[in-house]
Amino acid sequence: MSAVEVTNLRKEFLRREGRFRRTRVPALRGVSFTIERGECVAVLGANGSGKSTLVRVLATLLLHDGGSARVFGHDVFADPRAVRRLVNRVSVEASFFKKMSSNENLSYAARFYGLTPSDTSARIPQILERVGFPVERRGEAMEALSRGMQQKVALARALLTAPVLLLLDEPTTGLDPRSKLEVQQFIAEVRSVHDATILLCTHDLDEAEVLADRIGILDDGRLIALGTADELKARYGAETLEEAFFAATGRALGDVSEEEGS
Amino acid sequence: MRGAAATLRGELIGLAGVVERNVYLVRRYVWWEIAFFIWTVANTLTIVFIAKGIEAAGGTIDVERTTTTLLIGAVIWAYLGIIFEVLTETVAWERWEGTIEYTFMAPLARPVHLFGMGVFAVFYGVVRAVFLFVIVAAMFGLDLPQANFWSAVLVLAVASISFVGIGMMTAVLPLISPEKGVQLGFIAQGILLVVSGVYYPVDVLPGWMQALATISPATYALEGIRDAILDGAGVAEVWDDIWPLLIIGAIAVPLGLEVFRRGERYAKRHGKLKRSG
Repeated sequence: MSAVEVTNLRKEFLRREGRFRRTRVPALRGVSFTIERGECVAVLGANGSGKSTLVRVLATLLLHDGGSARVFGHDVFADPRAVRRLVNRVSVEASFFKKMSSNENLSYAARFYGLTPSDTSARIPQILERVGFPVERRGEAMEALSRGMQQKVALARALLTAPVLLLLDEPTTGLDPRSKLEVQQFIAEVRSVHDATILLCTHDLDEAEVLADRIGILDDGRLIALGTADELKARYGAETLEEAFFAATGRALGDVSEEEGS
Repeated sequence: MRGAAATLRGELIGLAGVVERNVYLVRRYVWWEIAFFIWTVANTLTIVFIAKGIEAAGGTIDVERTTTTLLIGAVIWAYLGIIFEVLTETVAWERWEGTIEYTFMAPLARPVHLFGMGVFAVFYGVVRAVFLFVIVAAMFGLDLPQANFWSAVLVLAVASISFVGIGMMTAVLPLISPEKGVQLGFIAQGILLVVSGVYYPVDVLPGWMQALATISPATYALEGIRDAILDGAGVAEVWDDIWPLLIIGAIAVPLGLEVFRRGERYAKRHGKLKRSG
C-alpha cells in the first residue's frame, strides 16, 4: 500500500470578476502521483502553481472537484477523520495564538489528538529541545519569539502527534540561513528516526535536492515531471535542477503562475 | 466495545483541549476581560437606572421589582452575548490567527469541538452573569428575600442548550463571510432578545413579534428566571418554561450542528479556511 496515492486530482476556485460574474480558476489540473512509505517527495513550483492547494487537499482542508486521493489506503474525502489521525502539517506561516506560550499552544493542540496532560507534560519539553528550541523559553508568548523559533515550535507541534505522513508547505521560507539549516537537519532526522513519509512543497531547489528522494515539478496546476534529481536533469538535458525547472516550465521559481491557485 | 471506549476517551480529551485553550486565552487577555466586564457593568447600569428614572419623573412603579426585572434582562443579554461571542469569535479568532486549519485538520469530531466551545461559553458566561448580577444588585441594594436562585440557575442551564445550538449556527458565519460574519452574530443576538421581552413583557410586542417570541428560547429563559427570582417560583412552577426550552434545545442543537457542517463544507469547497482568503 502506498503512503499517498493521488489520481487525476482536480481542484478549482471561483474568482469574482466584476459584480456578478464568476469564473472557475483551476488550481490542480488532473494531478497524479504516488509516494511510498518512508519516502520524501519534494514538489517544486512557482508561487500559485498549486503546491499549497495540494497540501490542503491532502490535509482534508479542501474538497476536490474530481479525481481521488488516498493516504495509507484511506480516502481523503470519504474518510477524512482516519486521514487526520495519520497526518500533520507545517506550513510557511507558523500559525499560533500569539499571546499564548509555545507550551500552551502545544498542550491544547495535543489534546485534539487524544494526548492527555500526563502524556504531554514531559513530552513537550523533550520535543522542543530536539527541534533546537530553548526549553526555558517555553512559557513566553509566541509573539516574543523570532520567526525561526516559531517555526521550530510548529515542527514540534507536528511531531508531538507522531504523524506517519508529514506535509511540509514551504517550512523554511523566510527563515534566516541558520534557522533554515536547523529546520532542514531536523526534517532529515525525523525521516530517518521516525520512518515518516514526507511531502515537501518548496521553491528552494537546494532544499529539495538535499532532502527528497524524488522531485516533482508542479506548474500551473499540472505535475509535469516527477523523478530523482538526476533523472530530471537528464530528462531536460540540464546540469542543475534550476536549469531543469526552467526547461520544464519556461519560468524561474520566483515567478508567479498565470492561474494563481489557493 | 474497547474501541468505542477508546474513541470516547479521545473525544473527551479533545473536548477538554477546547476548554483548556479558551482558559489560556482568558488568562492571557485577562486585563481585556476585566475591561470588557467593566463595560458590561456600565451598560447594565444604563438599563437598570431606568426604573429610578421613571420614579423621578413622577411615574408610579414598584422600583425594586422593575429594577430587578431590568437587571435580569440585562444579565441575560450579557450572558447570551458571551455565549455567541465565544462560539462565533473563537472561529473568527482562529481564522485570524491562522490556527483554524490546524484545528480543522485535527482528528476531533466537529460536534465535540463545538460542544467544547459551548461548555466553556456556558461556564464562563455563568461566572460572569453571577458576578454581574451580584455587583449590580448590591449597588442598588436589591432585597430579594424570596428569590429561588436554584430554579433560576436550572432555567438558565436548560436554556443554555438552545443558546449553544443557536450559537453554533452563528459560529459558522465567519467561515462564510470572514469580514462580516462576527457582526452578523451580534445581529442574531439582538433579534433574539428584542422578540423575547428582554426589558418588557412580550404582550406589548406586535402580533408577528409575539409569534416569533414563542419559538425564542430567550422568552422562556427570561420568564422562568424572573418568576424564580421575583416570585420565588420552584422547579414545578417554572416547568412551563423548562419544557419548551427542552424542545427548542432538542431542535436547535442538531440544527446548529448541521448548519455548521454545511458551512464547513462551503468553506472547504471555496478555500475559506485559510487566513488570507
